[in-house]
This record gives sequence, structure tokens and C-alpha cells, in this order.
Amino acid sequence: MGIEETLGNNVITTSLDKLVNWSRSRSLWPMTFGLACCAIEMMATGAARFDLDRFGILFRASPRQSDLIVIAGTVTRKMLPVIQTVYEQMPEPRYVIAMGACACSGGIFDTYSTVQGVDEALPVDVYIPGCPPRPEGLLYGFMKLQEKIMAEQNSFGAVIGIGDRIDGV
Amino acid sequence: MSEHVAVAKLQGKFSSEVLEVKEFRGETTVTVKKEDIVAICSFLKNELGYNLLTDLCGVDYLGRTPRFQVVYNIYNITTKDRLRIKTPVEESDANIDTVSGVWSTANWLERECWDLMGIGFNNHPDLRRILLPDDWEGHPLRKDYPVQGPDREPYQGRVS
Repeated sequence: MGIEETLGNNVITTSLDKLVNWSRSRSLWPMTFGLACCAIEMMATGAARFDLDRFGILFRASPRQSDLIVIAGTVTRKMLPVIQTVYEQMPEPRYVIAMGACACSGGIFDTYSTVQGVDEALPVDVYIPGCPPRPEGLLYGFMKLQEKIMAEQNSFGAVIGIGDRIDGV
Repeated sequence: MSEHVAVAKLQGKFSSEVLEVKEFRGETTVTVKKEDIVAICSFLKNELGYNLLTDLCGVDYLGRTPRFQVVYNIYNITTKDRLRIKTPVEESDANIDTVSGVWSTANWLERECWDLMGIGFNNHPDLRRILLPDDWEGHPLRKDYPVQGPDREPYQGRVS
């Protein structure tokens, strides 16, 4: 049953870009960073029923070890500098998922104290609508991000210093 | 009711300071002048045993004079009595003496009131903003503060 022999005496040909993209997209390490009720859904997504570990997505407790930050909740003006600091501490390449209505657009909090969408400050890769999104929604967002990473070009060249990484669509 | 006893004692000692006494649904509210608020609060705590300041907040009655009110909700833990003290504060001189020397918890409550309402507290040991960032301009819980912030167009209703 199952895979008896992983590769055997075979040869795999691929491009280095694909290899780099594949390893990046299959080992997304998000920063443990919850802001509001969306964080509860994010925790539920990481827990046994939905199990982010099977995607290679492991929450890390330090921005130095993460390459993804899920903005899970309402971003207040007072919190924004903190988020920016955490984001800047993450090593490149780094990705941002705006989870939920508040992180995408401010949501129902159309007020002086709430940032009207975290994309005012960070480059957001994937927007997930919902208030809060169900874990399925977050999983779909993660998979969309994986697709985006897989479509990146020159990701190997950028590592060895030839040109820049070209974003996937 | 024991609250009446407290109010009577308060009126007896500060007869010229007490502006109004109101009873509504079992809650007693005493409106006093702001000048002697520290003496009144010390009396309430030390003589009448109101040893817990449950809450201190500001109210903005925009369009009325005096515009602001500072409200003290106090509680006597021994007798389980509650009392509400209100003091009017004018807009032109939006300051009142601190009661943080009477109840220590007033320190942060007064900071909150200053932060959001812009009511200053004289002789406060540490009057800084407590909720908003330090560089914030204005006091957002005032009625004339734009809800969506001063740098944005106010909401005009749904476009579609």
C-alpha cells in the first residue's frame, strides 16, 4: 500500500526556479500573530480538524524564522507600527495574507482609529474575505498563495545575485 | 436608605457645593461644583466609607453650557452602597483637580478621560495619553471630532 519506493533509480529533471518555488510554497512558515477574532479561526485552521501541518505550514513564534504573516484581524492605527516592525524583521522572500474584512478594507470599523485595509502599509499577496473567514477560506487563501509562489520567475537567480525575483500573478 | 444618610451628610458639610440630588430607579446622583471636588471625594472616602472608585468618565453635552461633565461612580465595599457624583466642567476651562490622591485608580481613569475627552486634570502625577498613540492630535470621543478621522472625507452614504 502506498508508496513502496520513493524515487527508485530514476532521474527527475526540473528547473531550478521550480525547485526553489516548490520548496518555498510547501514550507510556508507563518508568523504567530493574531489581532482579533480572525485569529481564532486561524488557530482553528492550525489545529487538528483542519491541520495546517499537512501543507507544511508551521506557525513560528519569531519573525526571524517566518516567511509569511497572516494579518488576522482589525488593524488599529496604534498597532500598525508594530505590524510594520514585525514585517521588516522577517527575512525575504516574505508574503502577506490579509485575512478577513477588517484586514482587507477596515471592515465595519470605518473610524478614526482603524486602518482602512492593511494594504495601506504592507504589500498584500492574498486577500481573504469573510467576517471571519471559515478555516476552509483560509486554507484556500494559503493554496492561492502557493499557486502564486509557484508562478514566480527567476527565484533561483535572485538568490545567487542575478537579477530580481519576478512575482507570480 | 443608607444612601440618603450619605447624601444628607454630604449636603450638611458641603451645602454650598451640592447643586442637585437626583434619585432615579434606586440610583442616587449628586451634582457638585468642581472647585472642591478633592475635598468632597476625600470626605466621601474617609468619612462615609466609599472606598472604591468604580469608574470615572467624561461626558460631552455639545451645545449645552457647561459642555462637559466628569462622572465619578463610587462604591462602599462594606455597606455595598453605590453613589454617583457629577461635576460640570466648562469648555473654556476644561480642567478639574485630580482625585488620584484619594483613589489611586483615578490615575489611569483620568488619563483615559484626558486622552479621549480632552478634560485636563490639575496636579495629576502623570497626565499622558493612555489608549491612543502619543503623537495623536485631538480627542476623539468629543462630539465634534469627525468619526472617520480629521484627514478623511466624512461618510456620505452608500454610493450604489
